Formats: sequence, structure tokens, C-alpha cells
Amino acid sequence: MKFTLLINEGPYQHQASDTAYQFAKAALEKGHEIYRVFFYNDGVNNATRLAIPPQDDRNITENWAALAKEHELDMVVCIAAAQRRGMLDADEAGRQGKDANNIHPAFRISGLGQLVEGGIQADRLLTFGD
Amino acid sequence: MSDGIKKFMFVNTKAPYGTVYALESLEVVLISAAFDQSVSLVFCDDGVFQIANNQNTDGSGMKNFSPAYKALGDYDINKLYVEKESLEERGLSLDNLMDLTYEDEDDDWAEKPSIILVSRAELADLMDEQDVVISS
Repeated sequence: MKFTLLINEGPYQHQASDTAYQFAKAALEKGHEIYRVFFYNDGVNNATRLAIPPQDDRNITENWAALAKEHELDMVVCIAAAQRRGMLDADEAGRQGKDANNIHPAFRISGLGQLVEGGIQADRLLTFGD
Repeated sequence: MSDGIKKFMFVNTKAPYGTVYALESLEVVLISAAFDQSVSLVFCDDGVFQIANNQNTDGSGMKNFSPAYKALGDYDINKLYVEKESLEERGLSLDNLMDLTYEDEDDDWAEKPSIILVSRAELADLMDEQDVVISS
């Protein structure tokens, strides 16, 4: 089966991203396809490459990045939600005249149309959040 | 989905200003209109407050985005299901909601109400018919 995952909550504060990650891992191991992982609401914060969780804890962003690398996952961060929350890649930082960027290279920034298209293309769209 | 059109249902369960969910859900809804899908909205639980009339955010410094719901009809989004029990549990009735309408192109552009009052049981059946349900 082909899945699109929607993650609406930030890392560590909420289990949504962990659950989605475990689901994605299990689904891929069973031979299913993850069409897209879309990060929205505070979920965009999962894409920061600057987080420093304690060493004895999981690193959520790096976990996603490793899974994405292994399975060539398309991980998309909503641009409108990201801008509101100060999440920028290098291109966007340049365009907006900001002095820094923080998006991990495993993620890409794009529009909400990618979420709707993910819902159209996948057999199931699963939401992880409240 | 033999004709390539999917049924999208956006379920709104939260009050409009306490969290950002209502505003950001509306942003997805407006984008979805560009994809020529069948789109409906649900307002249940505290989500019914999202379309309450006479919203005024002057004291909170937040943006009053409620006028945007009135534009949904222009985007061909005209199925706004409101859960009856949710209204009753909060002491509300249809009179407390905005007058949301659309112009029916199949009926000489007659102005018709977009709000459809449904029971909790009817809502469950409607959800069962959908291809994609996105709730927040």
C-alpha cells in the first residue's frame, strides 16, 4: 500500500513524530511504500538540524534523515508554516534577507499543494497529531 | 475514485484562536480548492466556534480570520457539515453561526446555504464515504 504521512506536532513535546517514524519504518519493512512525509503546524520543527537532544535520547531529526536516505523518502516541510516559525533553508533565508538557516538537507521546503497531492496519490493519508 | 476525483474531508475540532490549528487548516482547505477534488468541511466539538458569528479579536491582538470562511463558496467549497450535538452541548444553535452561502451554478446562481446540520451518527456515515479525512 502507498501511504502519505502528515505530521502536525513538533519533536519531543509530542509523540506524533516518533509514532509516525515508527510507523514509516514498520511499513517500509513490510514492503509498503511511503509516497511522502509532510510536516505541518508545529510539525515543521522536526526539520531543524540545530537541535541538540541529550546524548542518551533519540535524535528525531537525524532518525528521519537516516530513514529518508535509506528509502529515498520525500520529506516536505510546509513553507507557510515554516516561515511563521522561523524555519528556513539557505535559499529562503537569502530571499527573505535573514542571517541564518536551520533546515536539515534531508528535508525540502514546498507548498501545501504537496499535502493535497500526497492525499490524491496515496492509498491512505495518515495524520499524526492531536 | 474511478473518475480520478477524491473526496477530501477536513474535520475541524478546535476553537479558532486558542491554537493555530483552525487557521492553518483553513489554509489547506483553500489550497485544496485548486486541485479539483471534492472537498467538504466538518465543524464539531469546539470546532463549531470557528464559524460563530460576530467574532471580534480586538482585545487579543490576534488576526480575525473568520471572514475567510465566507469566501469558501466562491471556491466551490459548499458542503460545511456542522455537528448538531456539538452545537447543543455548547448552548449554540444555527443562529449563532455565520451566514455562509454559495451560488449554485446549476440553479441560475441561486444563493444557497453552505451549512448542513448533521447528527453525530450521520457524520460517522459521511466520514466513512471519504477517501481522505484530515482532522485537527
